[in-house]
Amino acid sequence: MYLWFHKLGSPPHFYRLAGKWIPWLTALFLMLMLAGLYGGLIVAPADYQQGDSYRIIFVHVPSAWMSLFIYMVMAFCGGVIIVWRMKLAEVVLISSAPIGASFTFLALITGSLWGKPMWGTYWVWDARLTSELILLFLYLGIIGLHNAIDDKRMAARAVAILALVGVVNIPIIHFSVEWWNSLHQGPTVTKLDEPSIHYSMLIPLLLMALAFQVYYVLALFQKCRAELLQRERNSRWVEEL
Amino acid sequence: MAEFFYMGGYAAFVWPSYGLTAIILWLNWYLPRKQHEIFLRQLRRRNRASQ
Repeated sequence: MYLWFHKLGSPPHFYRLAGKWIPWLTALFLMLMLAGLYGGLIVAPADYQQGDSYRIIFVHVPSAWMSLFIYMVMAFCGGVIIVWRMKLAEVVLISSAPIGASFTFLALITGSLWGKPMWGTYWVWDARLTSELILLFLYLGIIGLHNAIDDKRMAARAVAILALVGVVNIPIIHFSVEWWNSLHQGPTVTKLDEPSIHYSMLIPLLLMALAFQVYYVLALFQKCRAELLQRERNSRWVEEL
Repeated sequence: MAEFFYMGGYAAFVWPSYGLTAIILWLNWYLPRKQHEIFLRQLRRRNRASQ
């Protein structure tokens, strides 16, 4: 187990492995995405209250989930960096940041595009929306801090600390709809009860969520490959490529 | 078909959501790919020069 972990953590091994996985991940992502879009845009009926506008959730909810998930991955990498100084964790952390920022931005924009016809406003300063906006600033802060420090290993340690500190925001986002009076609805899927959403809508939602999850791994692998190549440009394995 | 694109009157909100998602996902896929290609080309050039 340790040996496997050690091997995975070695940059040349990971570089090759990621390269092999990318075409498969792309195919899987496209299949899930097409199935999800077909289910969400064509099969699922219009909502009896929201009409067709609710179809935005098929991109909004998975984006919002990913924005939290990717942050958790980054915070985990932050812990690994501080304890073991593992190079691959540094690469994964910083390569995840733009993808996470993108999903957070998408969650905010698609949410406000849904909010306009349904709530009557693009934006309110309510707990869920504000904490998600803070998450976007955390992502941008991590990217900015990383770019501001020239020494990559030092930058990684600084960013690791920021990522770990920022993790307090994650439960705040998740529970914001329960702790505060929010315009945003409560959880409909991620709760212990049965989901309060019909299966014709739940299945495409879960397909899209899965597609986004696969997409993250795919985009991450590509970003990591570029990042690894740049960082390790003077090592033997890169010269042999 | 026209009805599908009309989205029950919410086309102006639904399609921009999907369009923006598509653009951003594509960018996160394309830019690192391009970057990787450029690095690889630079490295190969450097290796040739040093030989």
